[in-house]
Amino acid sequence: MDAKQGKKLDFSPILVPLLSILVALAFGGILIFIQGINPLSAYRVLFTTAFGSFDGVAITLAKATPLILSGLAVAICLRAGLFNIGAQGQLISGALASAWAGYTFVGLPALVHIPLALIFGAFFGALVALVAAVLKAYRGVHEVITTIMLNSIVIALSDYLTSNPFKEPDQPLTRTPKIQESARMPDLLGLPLGFFLAIGLSITLWWIMRNTTTGFSIETIGRNKNAGWYAGISVKKTIMLSMLIGGAVAGVAGAVETLSIIGRFEPAFNAGLGFDGITVALLGRANPLGVIPAAILIGGMRASGSTMQFEVGVAPELVDLLLALILFFVTAPLLAKFFKNRKENVAMTSGWSN
Amino acid sequence: MKTLLEIEGVSKSFGSVIANEDISLTVREGEILALLGENGAGKSTLVKAVFGLVKPDTGTIKINGTVMESGDTAAAIASGVGMVHQHFQLVPVMSVTENMILGDEPKKFGVVNIKQAKKEALALSEKYGLEVDPDAIIEDLPVGMAQRVEILKALRRDVKLLILDEPTAVLTPQETDELLEVLRNLAKRGVGILFITHKLREVMAVADRIAVLRGGKLMGTTTPKESSESKLAQMMVGREVVLRVEKSVAKPKEVLLSIKNLRVNDDRKLESVRDLSLEVHAGEILGIAGVEGNGQRELVEAICSMRSRLSGEVVVKGKAIPNLNPRAAHLAGVSHIPEDREKHGLVTSYSIADNLVLNRFDQAPFANGWIRNLEEVASNGEALVEKFDIRAPNASLSAGSLSGGNKQKVVVARELSQQLDVVVAAQPTRGVDVGSIEFIHNQLIAARDAGAAVLLVSAELDEILSLADRIAVISNGKIVAIFSSKEADRNTIGRLMAGLAS
Ligand SMILES: Nc1ncnc2c1ncn2[C@@H]1O[C@H](COP(=O)(O)OP(=O)(O)OP(=O)(O)O)[C@@H](O)[C@H]1O
Ligand SMILES: [Mg+2]
Repeated sequence: MDAKQGKKLDFSPILVPLLSILVALAFGGILIFIQGINPLSAYRVLFTTAFGSFDGVAITLAKATPLILSGLAVAICLRAGLFNIGAQGQLISGALASAWAGYTFVGLPALVHIPLALIFGAFFGALVALVAAVLKAYRGVHEVITTIMLNSIVIALSDYLTSNPFKEPDQPLTRTPKIQESARMPDLLGLPLGFFLAIGLSITLWWIMRNTTTGFSIETIGRNKNAGWYAGISVKKTIMLSMLIGGAVAGVAGAVETLSIIGRFEPAFNAGLGFDGITVALLGRANPLGVIPAAILIGGMRASGSTMQFEVGVAPELVDLLLALILFFVTAPLLAKFFKNRKENVAMTSGWSN
Repeated sequence: MKTLLEIEGVSKSFGSVIANEDISLTVREGEILALLGENGAGKSTLVKAVFGLVKPDTGTIKINGTVMESGDTAAAIASGVGMVHQHFQLVPVMSVTENMILGDEPKKFGVVNIKQAKKEALALSEKYGLEVDPDAIIEDLPVGMAQRVEILKALRRDVKLLILDEPTAVLTPQETDELLEVLRNLAKRGVGILFITHKLREVMAVADRIAVLRGGKLMGTTTPKESSESKLAQMMVGREVVLRVEKSVAKPKEVLLSIKNLRVNDDRKLESVRDLSLEVHAGEILGIAGVEGNGQRELVEAICSMRSRLSGEVVVKGKAIPNLNPRAAHLAGVSHIPEDREKHGLVTSYSIADNLVLNRFDQAPFANGWIRNLEEVASNGEALVEKFDIRAPNASLSAGSLSGGNKQKVVVARELSQQLDVVVAAQPTRGVDVGSIEFIHNQLIAARDAGAAVLLVSAELDEILSLADRIAVISNGKIVAIFSSKEADRNTIGRLMAGLAS
């Protein structure tokens, strides 16, 4: 039954995502072809815009930055066996909190103001996740349900806050005031500072998962909760911890978006980043380093969708479709495995496969 | 008698491991062939190849003279092969009838005809003399009953060849005897049976022929008449095995583990340990004898703080162990060989080395504070694989790729290689070959002689009788009697286990 796990020559972590991307592109190509457009030229535009020039790459990486972070937020929870659908809500909470910190505190040096606003984002992202974490750890409520509901709650709440107490005065738009200059995240080497932050966080979390006792606890609970309990790992603490890390990272994703791109909080501007994080995490095989290439690919497609429309006349929604197809094909084997495991878990009592 | 199954020159490797090497075997109609061999000898691999679950690299498998397409389970089933996996394939929340028809339901107007199914189930159970209650829910049944359902399910499609992979590993001696009787009856009806076990007594009792595998090769075939338990053991392991436990007289000292007025619920919230008190001394092995399901599992889990205690306490070296805190129990010096190795004992997708430190990963030398010391983990892994004779090319392989008995050895190695004060061993030799049983028994005795208090729970009365210095009989959640090994008498204990007064 464990034939796949036997040897080192196991390429499936890379092979499955690559294959799903190729198959998704093939399906998308057929649809483009039906519209009477040459799929190859459409894809050429898509990929040369995203990766063909220095400017293109810079835009792509800027787009990829929040995706790396939201992908990381989902991936860490997946490691612990939790499906964090709530990255979107956590991200919005972090974006709004950092915007508030960004425009409220006046007269701080940038070196203090930027980290402070980021910490606000992380804290409020984690706060949203805390609700789901507590309900899961102490009441056994499934995290998928709570995080979906929390998404709606956070969206409604942020709409309310931005149209009332936090609203930019004397403006018809539902949005907060602009953040102070001191809170603006600068660029570094032509790339947003947030990109380096995201890479740094990915590497840190990868290292933590690999080399620390905390990482081992999270991984153990994710793979076999019963064995973790037997081994003396606190299941509750581990669930809380991984959800809080996930929430904080998603909050940072929102904060980075606010502090380096948007410059304030506007409800519609963050739409979908958290959900793309799910695709990124699954495509990156829930590996903290794997999310980086996954986010760059998806970021690139998002960045150049409109150019593709200008140049070859393919609707930018094609990108959404491609992403949906990619998600479908990466998860299909995962789902198959999930159901297979379920079947195997239909063990009665103490059966063992010899 | 006609030849039913012909295995010709079957070989199969997994990476560098040769699981089967040029094996040829036959099973005739009405014949019971017992397949013996060490852990990792390739028994499961061979029978899985017959059932089409494993694709052999070379060789052919013929059933009734027809060559079977390799890796085609459906074809194997269609030609009358039935397999009872050790790992139950039943759905716990469904009834016996529902489980038996699952996958091939009798239908009436496109709707499952449950009445018809029930009739079928009853007829089948009558035909083979395997009594079951068709309405019982699987999870409420004792393992022996569930095993019967599994067998009936396999027999439903007019089976000509029945494969059983270690069916007796989780059965009580009585249940085992009943199963052996069933197998004899089936053989009389002409069914060919391929039967894997590690228990030589069963082989001697039921087999017509015995095939012994070692290191993936067929060492030879014999019959119970031409052979003996010790000859078989030698053939399997390649050296002489001491089947009798040899140990010195125990020198018990102070009480290390004391259980006071313990009450514990089972999963169904019924009280299954009732006001139980027990003391285990340093330097002794206390065996708990009892029919499975009389509170042993709950007792063990409560001692190790894995299951909530309703009242009473567990004291180790004079310190009370907090409720529901396995870590505290472990730190207080309790090591625990859990009954269910797949559920509690292992993370099968982890490496063998990681599994060998599963409950010590955050302690020196395997971690310096927050940072794991992966080199230490790896070298500990290699050392224990060597010392406990775990059959794996190296410790970085996943535990899931090990054979059943070798998985058990990983758990035993981890638990017996630490600082030992109290050892709670639940079914420590389940699914393990005779050579390794000898080894594990010696390790438990060594732990005892080094001053540990050993609590041994086993469904094998023989294991208890030969290993324990004192024997406590458990029945209905209570200790009904305690004997010293000198006064222990098989019959008396058997009667007490069955709930009869002695
Ligand atoms: N899927 C697999 N991947 C890698 N190695 C495997 C796999 N299945 C079996 N093996 C290896 O093949 C060998 C034979 O295993 P098998 O399960 O057939 O042993 P067995 O005789 O049934 O042992 P046991 O008595 O312990 O159940 C072992 O060394 C095992 O580690
Ligand atoms: Mg086996």
